[in-house]
Amino acid sequence: MLPYIKIKNLGKSYGKNEIIRDLSLDINSGEVIVFKGPSGIGKSTLLRSLTYLEPFQKGSIEVGKYVLNANLDRRKERETIRAVRTQLGFVFQFFNLFPHLTVIENLTLAPIQVLRKSKEEALEDAQKLLKKVGLEEKANFHPEQLSGGQRQRVGIARALAMKPKAILFDEPTSSLDPEMKGEIVRAMSDLASEGMTMLIVTHEPAVVEGIASRIVSFGAGLEVLSDTAR
Amino acid sequence: MWVFCFPVLAHSEEAWDRVQKTGELRWGGDAAGGAPYVFPDADQPDNLIGFEIDLVEALAKKLGVQAKFVSVQWDQLVPALLRDDFDAVFNGLEVTQDRLAAIDFSIPYYFFSEQITVRAENNAIRTFNDLHGKKVGTLSATLAHKILEDDGNITAVGYPSPVEAYRDLEIGRLDAVFMDVPIAAFYAAGNPKLKNLSDLAGEGIYAAGVRKDSPQLKMKINEALIQLIQSGELKEIYLKWNMWNEKQDKLADPKQWDVKRAHEKNPVMKFSKLLLLGAGMTLILSFLSMAIAVIVGSAICAGKLYGNFFVRAVCNVYVEVVRGTPLLIQLYLLYYGLPNLGIQLPAFAAAVLGLGFNYAAYEAEIYRAGLLSLPKGQEEAARSLGMTGWQAHRFVLVPQAVRTILPPSTNDFIALFKDTSLVSIITVMELTRAYTTAATTTYRFLELGLATAALYFLMSFPLSLWSRRMENQKHASVH
Repeated sequence: MLPYIKIKNLGKSYGKNEIIRDLSLDINSGEVIVFKGPSGIGKSTLLRSLTYLEPFQKGSIEVGKYVLNANLDRRKERETIRAVRTQLGFVFQFFNLFPHLTVIENLTLAPIQVLRKSKEEALEDAQKLLKKVGLEEKANFHPEQLSGGQRQRVGIARALAMKPKAILFDEPTSSLDPEMKGEIVRAMSDLASEGMTMLIVTHEPAVVEGIASRIVSFGAGLEVLSDTAR
Repeated sequence: MWVFCFPVLAHSEEAWDRVQKTGELRWGGDAAGGAPYVFPDADQPDNLIGFEIDLVEALAKKLGVQAKFVSVQWDQLVPALLRDDFDAVFNGLEVTQDRLAAIDFSIPYYFFSEQITVRAENNAIRTFNDLHGKKVGTLSATLAHKILEDDGNITAVGYPSPVEAYRDLEIGRLDAVFMDVPIAAFYAAGNPKLKNLSDLAGEGIYAAGVRKDSPQLKMKINEALIQLIQSGELKEIYLKWNMWNEKQDKLADPKQWDVKRAHEKNPVMKFSKLLLLGAGMTLILSFLSMAIAVIVGSAICAGKLYGNFFVRAVCNVYVEVVRGTPLLIQLYLLYYGLPNLGIQLPAFAAAVLGLGFNYAAYEAEIYRAGLLSLPKGQEEAARSLGMTGWQAHRFVLVPQAVRTILPPSTNDFIALFKDTSLVSIITVMELTRAYTTAATTTYRFLELGLATAALYFLMSFPLSLWSRRMENQKHASVH
């Protein structure tokens, strides 16, 4: 089987500060891969490069049939970038929910606007997803009325609403109280058991190692120190 | 010292006593009001000349005192006189019933008529009645203005000074100009593009205005004027200024000296109607110019945030220039300056565009600040869900920014609403202009002023309420 995500000789720097130095990595469908390493070495930057939230200067990233090359022209390649983004769901450390929308609207906005789903279909899907993350009663709440753990579960449901092929988790539990970390890990574990491809960046690997099928440990410049299947 | 502490007491002192005591006759006029009354010498701008300068100099000599000129905006002359800023007004002040109610007048020193001026090639307008249905320029708050308004069938356009009116006639914004003979003689007679009609309308008297508590001063001025008339000195002054005509023979006729007979019929304009019309105009101006400000402001904001280098530079320059220059000058340039480039905007269009494009600069900055104040994660979340830049703005960023933008933007709208008063300089009859017109005719500055302020408040207060409500609707849905 061909790998789903191919990272080839990826290089990324901010000015003279080199963050990622020649990283190559293949990720197969169905893998639950944890990227660990000290804070601030560029793990999040790697995730953000995968959906081109960050441009990169060297190498390429392949997601399914789409290819993102270094220094691409954002305008010319905008359809490719959007296609990659709809395939890769993103869950943020600080949730980034839309505060002016209700929970259910957070879930239906992109399916309606981007996937051109009908409102009814999007609502139906969104309700199923809320049930899945245990928040069906909060559908008409606003994010500010929820706890941190609940917000992050909405964040996961919002990513799932786009029916992605993989989900990127950027420090999904780092901004949560310990008791809430558990509820997020349970939600992630459910996803893993359904066969969802998951890329998890964390500097507290103990929290999520239990659900990992593969653990990649990074050093400075995102050098792969170890890459072990479990 | 007592006298100075209590200005009210100053009024009870007979002005003539003080003129004698100080050896100085303080007289009021508007140095910017135009020729041939009192105006700056073109060769030596700090030197004022005019037939009234000559007249008052001669009169002061007869009284054995020095003449001291005080300049006040023309439509403020009577209030300033009442405030004791000077002792008498000599500035083409027409004797009218309204003014007689507030002040006293000397005997006449000039009999004027109203001159109709048209473009040289215009043969359709020959008499006053031909002005019906036409746009006619005149000076604000003058007798000529009143004659036009009282006629009811003429669109009267009030100007702050003669030059602009004759210019607008030249370039076709007006069909005719209707002003006192001396003004027309000075400004229009030498202009080959214009012609003065032989049919004169109306008749009025220029006389010196004095306070009612100064009967002695009035008597002294009258005596001096009679001397000037009888000695022929006055006639010489008028000959010098090309103002002499057979009408002035009446000056020597004592039967003409009772100015109270003048203009018995002076229908009081319906001022409440005038104010309401002005308020309506203010409202229309505000909404139209705000609509332009919002649209153009959004475009400039988008240009500044997302444009390429060139677009950003243009937007930056626009914002800085517009914010760095007075709105008054911009309006002046739009209305009176653009015709030099062959672009002629009607007054209303110039007003709406001027206000709209001015406030667009302020709106752009507010919108930009509103968008930049959003957490970066919001756009990233929207983009990660596959939204286009437009969708991210339309559904995620702008709805959130609106809440930040709304209060300052409403403040701007209220400011714009009040700034509409500036467009009166380009002849638009909005509320402030309606107020000054009404107040300078009736001298009821206080009552009309309060009524006007109340109108402004009644119109702007709902706006404040509305903005507060919008602010409170925190969870407004975008769907």
